[in-house]
Amino acid sequence: MEEAITFAVLILSATLRVATPLILCAMGGLFSERSGLIDIGLEGKMLAAAFVAAATASVTGSAWLGLGAAILVAEALALLHGFACITHRGNQVVSGVAINILVSGLTIVFGMAWFQRGGQTPALPPEARFMPITLPGTQALADVPVLGRIWGDLIGGHNLFVYVALLIVPITWWVLTRTRFGLRLRAVGEVPLAVDAAGISVAWLRYRAVLICGLFTGIAGAYLSIAQNAAFSRDMTAGQGYIALAAMIFGKWRPFPALGACLMFGLLDAVAIRLQGVRVPGIGEVPVQFIQVLPYVLTVILLAGFIGRAVAPKAIGVPYEKEH
Amino acid sequence: MKAPLPGWVDIGLIPVVNVLLAFVVVGLIVLAVGVNPFTAVRIMIVGAVGYPEAIGYTLYYTTNFIFTGLAVALAFHAGLFNIGGEGQAYLGGLGVGLVVLALDATLPPVLLIALAVLAAALFGAAWAAIPAYLQAYRGSHIVITTIMFNFIAAAVMVYLMVNVLIAPGSMSPESRAFADAGHLPFIHDLLAYAGITMGQSPLNLAIVWAALCCVFVWVFLWHTPWGFELRTMGHNPSAAIYAGVDIRRMTVLAMCLSGALAGFVGVNEILGVHHRLILNFTAGYGFAGIAVALMGRNHPVGIVLASLLFGMLQQGGAELSFDIPAITREMVVVIQGLIILFCGALAHFTRPWFEALFGALRARSGRTTAAGAAEA
Repeated sequence: MEEAITFAVLILSATLRVATPLILCAMGGLFSERSGLIDIGLEGKMLAAAFVAAATASVTGSAWLGLGAAILVAEALALLHGFACITHRGNQVVSGVAINILVSGLTIVFGMAWFQRGGQTPALPPEARFMPITLPGTQALADVPVLGRIWGDLIGGHNLFVYVALLIVPITWWVLTRTRFGLRLRAVGEVPLAVDAAGISVAWLRYRAVLICGLFTGIAGAYLSIAQNAAFSRDMTAGQGYIALAAMIFGKWRPFPALGACLMFGLLDAVAIRLQGVRVPGIGEVPVQFIQVLPYVLTVILLAGFIGRAVAPKAIGVPYEKEH
Repeated sequence: MKAPLPGWVDIGLIPVVNVLLAFVVVGLIVLAVGVNPFTAVRIMIVGAVGYPEAIGYTLYYTTNFIFTGLAVALAFHAGLFNIGGEGQAYLGGLGVGLVVLALDATLPPVLLIALAVLAAALFGAAWAAIPAYLQAYRGSHIVITTIMFNFIAAAVMVYLMVNVLIAPGSMSPESRAFADAGHLPFIHDLLAYAGITMGQSPLNLAIVWAALCCVFVWVFLWHTPWGFELRTMGHNPSAAIYAGVDIRRMTVLAMCLSGALAGFVGVNEILGVHHRLILNFTAGYGFAGIAVALMGRNHPVGIVLASLLFGMLQQGGAELSFDIPAITREMVVVIQGLIILFCGALAHFTRPWFEALFGALRARSGRTTAAGAAEA
């Protein structure tokens, strides 16, 4: 029993850690896409933020400056996306792809030029990182059989970002469904003409959505390089931005279902790592690739309408042209 | 009311200015790394075309860019955005590998190579056909599905290479080497038969196939009824339906052709150079194809020119990182990203400037003519 609990706590806390950047990116993508802008560039924004966070933290020794710089660079890329897609009505997918490819090259070029470690940044000391938080009472509860582990390792024992990510989900839900801004944002993603006719600026609404997306992806990137890990490494995001995109679609462009998808994809990843080389009774050895690929396969199946129906915002991908 | 721009500005000047803007930004980045951009350009040009081996390498890279550039362009003409070139190229290579590994002891070289090329086309096409089918008949978005299929392809390949196709006793995930029958001839070997000596390079017959593909795409798109239907669908799907085009079937056809073209990267890499199945031989060519297609304005001639430029950048960039350690090969990836940005997403960014410029010019010449008329 004790062993099973320990195992469950291990898996679930790993799930939370893996899911954190997914949740942040998925919520960012949600704002962008609900306003009618496709965001393929989650991956690139997160990667740029991860690099800048680690670089800044290693030069200044301050984790908070690292986080600030990460948010700034993600916002800059978000504004670039907005400038191309909102102001110049460029192709949103092309813009996102451009940002991803550009960043995957730039982080290595600057990483090599500044740190000469094959694209890595120097390892950060604990002061320059966001370290796991020990909740009050962990010591006192440590010897209590089940509760001690759950309190210390599942509920506690994470860094600040994990809690921020979990908090952002209800905030996103509240903003989207319970505020005037959220209502307008959703409207601009469905029928921008109506919003325009009501005298509200379509461009400004979409720019605000893009800025929120930049903020969240910036936090997600900083999490990867200065909280979960102690340095930036090449291609650190490794497709997590795309998994977040998949999770957002899997959650049908709604906050809580998207959170569920992020946690599910995180759980799959945590299980995949645990199952490496393990023989499952009755099935034999499960190839890790099989579990790793499940988020993508499930998303394809969902989009094809085989499990429910995922309907994107109506005006998504269509540049808004104001009549003169 | 804005006057329309002259045609040569629209299709000639603006794209060139966009590319130049991309390179200005590249120059600034090179400067930020602490290297003189003009020195870098000189080293790159010498490294890309300065000696015969370099030209061989440049053309070998060019071959890959032509295949993926054509793949993206053909889909663009149908109004479809194929981001899945990477996965389709990967699967194309798998098709080549499976055919050669199965038959290289039994078939004569010509037949084996023909079958391998066919397999590259079929595997690439099949990998593109699924997202196409899902978009045409189930309503899922092709951009998202092709992205997902890139990841699925990568996972399938890792699984196959690590668990199934790995050569017995090998430590790294590679298949056994192909027998000689499964080698596409190198150009330097062919030239040696003709009595011309050229330094060794990975350049192989696949470049001839790439040239043929350019001709094929040009004939198909602009000189066949299917090409006409395909472009009609790309311009205006409703008009295409009204004209009797089965746009579902056309979507699948366009993506299959696109996937087959991307799959030929496997011919150049696996059949032409590596002569065994390996991991990650696609090395981003699928994504680079987007830059090539945008820069080449989706026309085979433009794609060949853009591919040559990218081939030079790839080879010159390798030499550059050799000479100046501060600059890494990934500078080429940065250039690709910037070209996609300036030639794709920001394609109309400079247009208002030109409209203003030509508007002013026209107003001025209008005044002079009016003045001239008054004098007369």
